[in-house]
Amino acid sequence: MLRQFHALPGLLAAVLVVVLAVTGAILSLDPVLERAATMPPTAGQISVAALAEAVTANHREVDRIVKTASGSVIAYYFDGDRAAADLVDPKTGQTIGPYTPSDFLRFVTNLHRSFLMGDAGRAAAGIGALAMVVLSISGAMMLAARLGGWSAILRPVSGTPAQRWHTELGRFAVLGLMLSALTGCYMSLATFGILPDGATVQPSVLIDVNGGARAPVAQLAALKAVDLTDLRELTFPRAGDLTDFYVLTTAQGIGHVDAATGLMLGYQPHGLGRQVYETIYMLHTGQGLWPLAMILGLSALTVPTLSAFGAVIWWKRRRALPRIANNVGAQSADTIILVGSEGNSTWGFAGTLHAALTKSGHQVHTAPMNRLAPAYAKAARMLILTATFGDGAAPASAARFLARLDAVKTPLPVAVLGFGDRSFPHFCRFAEDVATALHARGWPVLSKLACIDRQSAQEFARWGTDLGNTLGAELTLTHVASRPKTIALELIERVDYGAEVQAPTVILRFAAPKAGPNANLWQRLRAPRLPEFLPGDLVGILPPGSDLPRFYSLASGNRDGVLEICVRKHPGGLCSSFLHDLEPGVRIEAFIRKNPAFRPACGKAPLILIGAGTGIGPLAGFIRHNTGRRPVHLYWGGRDPASDFLYEGDMKKCLADRRLTNLDTIFSRVSGGGYVQDRIASDANELRALIQRGAQVLVCGGRDMATGVARSLEAIIGPMGLELQTLKSTGRYLEDVY
Amino acid sequence: MKKLALTLGLVAAIAIPALAEAKPVTLNTTLKSYGGNGAYLAIYLTDAQGKFHSTLRVAGRKAKYHSHLRDWSRGEKRNVDGVTGASVGSGQSLKVSVDVADALIDAGYQIRIDSAVEDGRENAAEVIVPLAAANAGKPVPGKGYVKSFSFDM
Repeated sequence: MLRQFHALPGLLAAVLVVVLAVTGAILSLDPVLERAATMPPTAGQISVAALAEAVTANHREVDRIVKTASGSVIAYYFDGDRAAADLVDPKTGQTIGPYTPSDFLRFVTNLHRSFLMGDAGRAAAGIGALAMVVLSISGAMMLAARLGGWSAILRPVSGTPAQRWHTELGRFAVLGLMLSALTGCYMSLATFGILPDGATVQPSVLIDVNGGARAPVAQLAALKAVDLTDLRELTFPRAGDLTDFYVLTTAQGIGHVDAATGLMLGYQPHGLGRQVYETIYMLHTGQGLWPLAMILGLSALTVPTLSAFGAVIWWKRRRALPRIANNVGAQSADTIILVGSEGNSTWGFAGTLHAALTKSGHQVHTAPMNRLAPAYAKAARMLILTATFGDGAAPASAARFLARLDAVKTPLPVAVLGFGDRSFPHFCRFAEDVATALHARGWPVLSKLACIDRQSAQEFARWGTDLGNTLGAELTLTHVASRPKTIALELIERVDYGAEVQAPTVILRFAAPKAGPNANLWQRLRAPRLPEFLPGDLVGILPPGSDLPRFYSLASGNRDGVLEICVRKHPGGLCSSFLHDLEPGVRIEAFIRKNPAFRPACGKAPLILIGAGTGIGPLAGFIRHNTGRRPVHLYWGGRDPASDFLYEGDMKKCLADRRLTNLDTIFSRVSGGGYVQDRIASDANELRALIQRGAQVLVCGGRDMATGVARSLEAIIGPMGLELQTLKSTGRYLEDVY
Repeated sequence: MKKLALTLGLVAAIAIPALAEAKPVTLNTTLKSYGGNGAYLAIYLTDAQGKFHSTLRVAGRKAKYHSHLRDWSRGEKRNVDGVTGASVGSGQSLKVSVDVADALIDAGYQIRIDSAVEDGRENAAEVIVPLAAANAGKPVPGKGYVKSFSFDM
């Protein structure tokens, strides 16, 4: 909901807001430059009478003296029949030079407040300011919610580069933008007369003007009594008309001053509205407050970038949502399908279920589990389809589901269907957690928790038949897994290891296929390039004859120009055998799956990388990308240094140029050898010191190794009063386990 | 034919008394190229002493800026119903026709113009022309933003 509040005005008003911000940033330079040119006098330094005297001494027929909001003093005068204006030194009244307002700033000002389109443009600018208020507040609230409360608002953020930039810039600028936007709204409403702008009407003309010969302006008591800091403007009486008088506008009010006697003839104090407006004007423009102008200007400068990244984030989120035909609104559907999916395969099943239920006459709403609504007006049942991520965790589209569950007031009959792989110990763990949580909150069970092993279409069809029986209508679910959209990759290099220790392992390097030698320019330009990926992301590979992708952790980023994976051959493994048989020049079909949950945190804190066997792949990638030379300690276990020391050369090179601080290896098939969990246990003191310094631990490899490492580390950090769970929940202990 | 003449005669009979009371006067105002935002103008009638009589035309619709037309407003809220139009841009001209009572012509009344521009000058009575038949069609310069002003009748 909050996200919509943020995205909708962001998208609709993006152009308005960007123009307002860019022009605002330009205008913010004005008070700064003006201040650099003249120092305004302090209170008590010079009276209006003294200034007026100095100005009249240098000009023949002074018409009006104006002090601008930024403190500059302008004298308008006539030189014979020529109307002119001078910029005047406020401390001495001496002429600085002719006053020539900048055409460029005037243009930018008009663009800023009306888009050069009169009142319609002024209204649009007001709407832009309002959009900015909504964006600032909703953005700050989203950030607070994401980071776990207002006190955590300055914590580091994770996510894609677009998300991180958007958040960092937004956090930097939000207060300045909020101030600009709120004061902008006020000024817009004042322009349209909805709020007071405090324009004070002059006192009525009095008849008892003395009419005698004019006294020198320096001797006029009413002008001597006013300090220059309080002056707004002083209008001089017309030369030939002795019944005319001075009109003095100060910060406090407007008065008429008799030109002969110097007495105040009539006085009208400003209302509260004027002071409020002046303050708001100062806060909005920064005029007379140049440090504020700089802050507001810098804040405004972030807006184009914020908008661009915001649009990218919105677009990526939108694209990530699979399109479902006939998706009914949440409040008009009778059946709600919620999907928890890390990749997109569960969405395919949801789509099949959605279509079948729609065909049998139901109004179906399908959404990610994170979009669980507090209430569904017409729903009679809820179906939850969810995968499990990693070691029993919630998949990306369900991460906030359990937290949102408490807000639901009306439980619905619910069926939970888990998706997973029976060969993993925590098969469908998250689906179980969801079912348990629903049960604990008293949600009626529509049908018992069921689990689908390895995307089995048969098991899914069976579940559909059962569900149909419960609903009293036949439900035929024929799920055809849609092949993910793949790209072609060409194997350019392979390095073999481990044949001697019965662990054949190969490092494979792929590249985007090159355009042929006879390709024309167009074909060369359109030649496929590697998609975006980072070490630790996953590549899904479809072995021939299977629509079920296998995933491998990436040891390179696309900027390296190659896609590198490290594959151990499993006896009878369809995909690993396929990959092991590849020869350079052969092409495969593959796709990238981002894995932001397994990435080193930003910053300079040490990294402890732990892996065994092919688990070194992504870790080697992190190390090779450690151009910032942060401390990195690698613990790795193999079988025999003579046979399967993966990345030996690379790691030694990284040690030499300090991308890697420390390399600790252990091999199991040599005398006195052992496993990596043994190695870290013997290095407890060193590890404790690193963790004390805020080190992040990343573990990659087989499940047994990961369990062993977790146990060893638990024992190591126990004496520090730390628990592994704490490290996990703060993102300082990450696992990529297979 | 006879019928048409009769009708025309009737129309004339109705129309002539009205013509006898007021005369259309065309006001031509051309501004200098001062290069700022649009100017607010008040074109109004005063007596020979400069005492306000009536408003002929106001250029600039936002009433809150009308107080910057200094002499014309003079602390009063002037009635501008039916006589306001858009402000006049730098270097632009304003040509309007107003009805002026015959009794005011050649009777010592003056046409005056006040002008004001945002972040610029506020000119009180920058143009003063006696409303006399003899002055019709003779352009006069203004002291502030007005390059020339003339009236025709």
